Amino acid sequence: MYALVTLLSAWAIPVLIVFIPLYAAYRKVPVYESFVEGAKEGFDTAIKIIPHLVGMMVAISIFRASGALELTLGWLKPLFQAFGVPSEVLPLAILRPITGAGSLAFTTDLIAQFGPDSLIGRIASTVQGSTDTTLYVITVYFGAIGIRKAGYALKVGLISDVVGFIASIIICLLVFSS
Amino acid sequence: MVNWIWLFFIVTGFIVSAVQGNVEAVTQAAFDGAKSGVTVCFGLISVLVFWLGIMRIAEDAGLLSKLAVLLRPVVRFLFPSIPKDHPALGYIMSNMSANILGLGNAATPMGIKAMQELQKLNPDKDSASPAMCTLLALNTASITLIPTTLIAIRMNYNSVNPAEIVGTTLLATAISTAAAILVDRWYRRKQTLIPTTRG
Repeated sequence: MYALVTLLSAWAIPVLIVFIPLYAAYRKVPVYESFVEGAKEGFDTAIKIIPHLVGMMVAISIFRASGALELTLGWLKPLFQAFGVPSEVLPLAILRPITGAGSLAFTTDLIAQFGPDSLIGRIASTVQGSTDTTLYVITVYFGAIGIRKAGYALKVGLISDVVGFIASIIICLLVFSS
Repeated sequence: MVNWIWLFFIVTGFIVSAVQGNVEAVTQAAFDGAKSGVTVCFGLISVLVFWLGIMRIAEDAGLLSKLAVLLRPVVRFLFPSIPKDHPALGYIMSNMSANILGLGNAATPMGIKAMQELQKLNPDKDSASPAMCTLLALNTASITLIPTTLIAIRMNYNSVNPAEIVGTTLLATAISTAAAILVDRWYRRKQTLIPTTRG
């Protein structure tokens, strides 16, 4: 299963890049002109995201650099220990939805410190791999189309992050602790 | 809610560094953050230009509508508000497929394109439509079959079985995606019962 999926992932993009233009040419689409026409939109879209992403990154950067993040984590620690969860993985619950690069760095650090095959390393890997950075996704996707009122989208994203985090821990405890 | 989170990050950051007598950290962090925001967007330019070009070819060739037809039952369940044969459906399907295969840099442009198509259907251009919220929920939960980055990191640190987390990750991501879909449904229903514009 694993080998099959990695193989599929490796082939997917090269095959798409060849197959789409080939099929289009067969359907008599002027492929190069089509490509350029679509590609034109790419630049504007990326530029439109800048204000949104800069705004979000500034706030996150201040929050982290000031030590406010660590302080918040310190308060939450006893709560975690009460549930019998290794408290080392706790920062991930906060970091994961906020910053992709930050939580990846933290996960790598945990793996380096406790080993990839420790329970902590496995939980961290599962948490990191099972979800995307909610705040980044919302900023980029809604920023690109100028949505200012995100409605309930952020709540949905954050709730599913919490569910995913708890699920990751429970699953790892069940699978790996025996 | 975004407004509050944003304000919370900045204000608590300021207070904490002020109390620690380290207020200049705020200035440094603000400009570092701004810089990385721009850097990330610049990194997105190449990916967006390339994939939007390829996807336009696919759209002109009628491939996207084919994909949408193929996966119609799933889409009809998740996005009942989108008219059938609308181009948004093809982009949504491409976005989901790219996510599942772990092709992050292809998934983002396709998702953005799908959002742009959904925006055309959106009566209020400032507020997210229910379909947009659903698409966002699917992307934040992000079903991925193989977490390639993590396997690579685990390999780096000499794991006995770097891929052993594939199963746990898949199960966890399935659960969080199911949660995202359910919570999204719940909010959508609540919103249609009591129409409100509060964010």
